[in-house]
Amino acid sequence: MSERAVELEVLRYNPETDSAPHFQRYAANCREEWVVLDALNFVKENLDPTLSYRWSCHMAVCGSCGMMINGEPKLACKAFLRDYPGVIRVEPLAHFPIERDLVTVIDDFVAKLTRVKPYLIPKEVRSLDAGEYRQTPAQLKRYKQFTLCINCMLCYAACPEYGLIPTFIGPAAISLAHRYNQDSRDGGRAQREEEIAATEGVWECSFTGACSEVCPEHVDPAAALQQVKIKSTIDWYLAHTMPWLTR
Amino acid sequence: MTRKPYLREVPRLRWFFRHPRYLRYLARELTCLFIGAYTLLLVVGLTRLAQGPDAYAAFLDALGSPVGIAFHLLALGFSVYHSITWFNLTPKALPVQIGDRFVPDGVIAGAHYAGWALASLVVF
Repeated sequence: MSERAVELEVLRYNPETDSAPHFQRYAANCREEWVVLDALNFVKENLDPTLSYRWSCHMAVCGSCGMMINGEPKLACKAFLRDYPGVIRVEPLAHFPIERDLVTVIDDFVAKLTRVKPYLIPKEVRSLDAGEYRQTPAQLKRYKQFTLCINCMLCYAACPEYGLIPTFIGPAAISLAHRYNQDSRDGGRAQREEEIAATEGVWECSFTGACSEVCPEHVDPAAALQQVKIKSTIDWYLAHTMPWLTR
Repeated sequence: MTRKPYLREVPRLRWFFRHPRYLRYLARELTCLFIGAYTLLLVVGLTRLAQGPDAYAAFLDALGSPVGIAFHLLALGFSVYHSITWFNLTPKALPVQIGDRFVPDGVIAGAHYAGWALASLVVF
């Protein structure tokens, strides 16, 4: 196992003493097979215990360690040092306010996620005696890809629309709404459309596609948003030309 | 402990230089201007046709001028780029599920290219 002296350039911000963030350099003795999160842990354990960042699972499941690595939204636990020759610049996720160092304020995303009701709203209420809701493999396939979202918010950091128009509900929340809309057991689409078919919903999206390029779980949020656009367009035309159908 | 979140502003006019993907996106969007310009040219052509044979002949002459030809080549190039980038995105917006499988992306984009080729043949 070879070692490498890795130069990290980390954005620091201490709300108690700093008026603005600034970069700080660390030289960390890392193993070649490490990820950026390992390097940060090395810094925290050996060089600077004040460095703050979020992480938990170290296996691209929890979605906590999203940060900008050389300007690109990445999970620090999935960003291998071997892919970054030279100085590695680590910043908090773009477009989110910085709480401290690499920790961002995610209240906006959590509030938006709540607004789109990302849970099953059963089409028909069944008693426990009636047994489970059944679903065919084809019905599962229809939405499965969109269940893979880990709420890491990399898509929000990549989305130029969200950066410029913070009221945009954004890629992950709309993809999760779409996931439940596509579910054969669900009957909550009309409720979710109030949020996602609105101006601040899909119509703020200009299909840059950056969300899908950075998504570590290959959810393809851009696809979800375009599908929601088509569905809400059809809804609109049906409601205005054949209102008797939508009643 | 006091909270004092710091928001780094996104530059309004320079954000697309942050990554090549944003420039590619802008290229896709801005090439539509040439499609718009060509549409306007067709409207001008119709207007000239309505004004009589002389006006229409002058319009055709203008199209054949070096500036006219240069515009057409430019508009063609940008329109092709615009169309290709959008056709390649169609599988995202229009997934087709048959049973428990999705039709491959290439088939959906390919159908659009086939439609394009067919429409071009009809126009010829």
